Amino acid sequence: MKRKRNQCGRGREKLFSGLCIVPSLLGVLIFFVIPFGIVIYYSLINNPIVKEYVGLDNYRALLDNVAFKRASKNTAAFSLIAVPLATVLSLGLALLLERNIPGKSLLRTFFLSPLMVPTASVVLVWQVLFHNHGTINQVAEIFGGEPVDWLKSSKGQVVIILMFLWKNLGYNMILFMSALCSIPKDIMEVADLEGAGSLYKFFHIKLRYLSPTILFVFILSLINSFKIFREVYLLTGNYPYDKLYMLQHFMNNTFQSLDYQKLSAAAILFSLVMIVIIAVLLITESIFGKDVEN
Amino acid sequence: MNVKKKGRLFNVVITVFIVLAAIMFILPTVLTIANSFMTSNEISANYGAMFGNMNGSESTFISKNVNLKFIPDKVTVAQYKAVLIQNSDYLMKFWNSVLLTVPITLFQLMLAVVTSYGFSRYPGKIKSMIFFAYIILMLMPAQVTLVPNYLVADKFNMLETSEKLVFKGAAKPLNVFCMMWARRAVILPSIFSPFSIFLLTKVMRRIPSSYVEAAKLDGAGEIQIMTKIYLPLCKSALVSIGMLVFIDYWNMVEQPLILMKNTSMHPLSVFLSQINTGDVGLAFAVGVVYMIPTILMFLYGEDYLVEGITYSGGIKG
Repeated sequence: MKRKRNQCGRGREKLFSGLCIVPSLLGVLIFFVIPFGIVIYYSLINNPIVKEYVGLDNYRALLDNVAFKRASKNTAAFSLIAVPLATVLSLGLALLLERNIPGKSLLRTFFLSPLMVPTASVVLVWQVLFHNHGTINQVAEIFGGEPVDWLKSSKGQVVIILMFLWKNLGYNMILFMSALCSIPKDIMEVADLEGAGSLYKFFHIKLRYLSPTILFVFILSLINSFKIFREVYLLTGNYPYDKLYMLQHFMNNTFQSLDYQKLSAAAILFSLVMIVIIAVLLITESIFGKDVEN
Repeated sequence: MNVKKKGRLFNVVITVFIVLAAIMFILPTVLTIANSFMTSNEISANYGAMFGNMNGSESTFISKNVNLKFIPDKVTVAQYKAVLIQNSDYLMKFWNSVLLTVPITLFQLMLAVVTSYGFSRYPGKIKSMIFFAYIILMLMPAQVTLVPNYLVADKFNMLETSEKLVFKGAAKPLNVFCMMWARRAVILPSIFSPFSIFLLTKVMRRIPSSYVEAAKLDGAGEIQIMTKIYLPLCKSALVSIGMLVFIDYWNMVEQPLILMKNTSMHPLSVFLSQINTGDVGLAFAVGVVYMIPTILMFLYGEDYLVEGITYSGGIKG
C-alpha cells in the first residue's frame, strides 16, 4: 500500500518535470520548428503565389549564384581559420596564466574586457587602427613596410580574424582555466614524483582531462564565428569588400529583396552543413570523451 | 641552481609576454574612453583624413595621417553634453536597447530555470531527444533561425509595429509593457532561444540527488525543490548565464535589422554604425555611454562569470 502511494507520487513528480518543459517546447515549436517546415516547403516551390512544385531547382539556382558562392566561401574560410585559432590560443593563454604571475586577477579582467565592451563601441578604434592612413600602416611604414588598405583588400580577413580573437579569447581562456583547476591534484603529484616532464604531463594528463572543454570551446567559438557579421557590418556596412562578404550579408540582402525561394534554400543548405558539423563533433565527443567521464 | 635560474628567466619572459598581451586586449577600450573626452577640434585634427572635416570651419588643422591618441590635449565633457543633453536621439536609442535586452534576458532566464529543472529531473528517452534537438537549434546561426522567425513575425503582423501607449494618468508606467509589446517580433523568439537552457541544465544535472531525497523526507514538494534547492544552488550559474545573454542581446544587430521595419525602435547597437560615419567625436562618447551597463554588470559579476560555469561535461552530458 505504502509503496503504491510512493510510486503514484513518483508518477506525479515525473509528470510535473515533464510539464516544466512544455512552455519552452511550445515556444520552440511556434517560433522555430513549425516555420522551419514552411521554409522547407518554400524552398521546393517556384513562388509563393503560384506554389508549383519545382524540386531542387531553387537549390540549383542558388548554387549557381555568384554572391552565394562568394559568401559561403568567405564564411567557411573565416570559420576554418578563426575557430581552431581561438581554441588553441586560448588554451595556450590559460596554461601560461596557470603560473604564478603577479596581478593575475587584473590580467584576467584585461583579457575579459572585450566581452564587456559592446562591439559597436570599439568599432571606431578598429577603423582607425586599420585605416589606409591608420596606426598600423604608420607603424609598418616606420619599419619600411608597404601600407596596406586593410579593409578594402584581401587582407580584410586578417582584420576580422583579429577582431574575432580579441573578442573571444578571454572567455574561452576562463573556461580552460576552470577546467585546468578541476584536474585532480593527486594525479599531477604522482606524475611529478615519477619525474614526468611538463610536455609529458600536458599531452598525457591535462589534454585528456581537457578534451570535453576543448570540444565545448570549439563549439562556442563556432557559434560565435557566425556572429562576426556584427563586426563586419559595423565596420563596412551592407556591401563590404568582396573578401568580407559573408553568408550573413547574403541573407540580409536577400531579406531586403524578399526572395523567399532563395532565402529558404540558403537557410536549408546552411542548416544541413551545420547538422553535419554537429554530428561530426558529437561522434568525436563520444570517442574521446569516454575515458575521462565520471 | 642553473636549472632554477633558467626557470626563473623563463617565468619572467612569460610574465612580460602575458602583460603585453593583456594590454593589447584592453587597449581598444581605453582608447575609446580616452577619445570621448577630446574636443571636437582635436578629433577633427586626428581623424580628419579619415572622415573629412567635421568641424565646418576652414581653419581647422587636419593631419594627413589618422592618429590615435591616448591623452587628450584638453579634457572636455562637451561630447557627453551633446549626447546626453542636447540631443535626445541617443538616449531614446539607448532606451530602445533596454526595452529589448532586459525583457529578453529576464524571461529567457525564468524560462530556463523551469525548463532545465524539467530536463534534469527524471531523465528519459523523450526528454533527451528534445534536449538534443535544442542543442542543434542552439548551434544554428542567427541567419538560419531568422528565416523562420521572419515568417512567424510576418504571419502575425509583428514586423511593422508602432508604440501605442494606451495607459494614461497614474497607470502610465504600465506603458512600458506596451513598448515591449511593440517589440515582440524580436523579443518573443529570443526568449525561447535554448542557449541558457542548455547551460543551466548541465549545471542542474550535477546537483546530487541526495539533496532532493533529503528535502523530500522533510515533505518538500516539487515546486519547493525547484525554488528552495535548485534555484539557490544555481545562483552563480544563473548570474553568469544572465550576463552572457545580456551582453549578447545588448550587441544585437541582425535581429532588429530584419524583424523591425520601424527604424525608430532600433536599438543603439544598430544605430552606432551610422554615427560612426558622421560625427566621430560623438560616436566615441555614445560608445562609452553604451558600455556603462555592461561594465557595471562586470564589476558586480566577474567572479560569478569565472566560477559560475565550471564546465566539465561534454555537449550531450
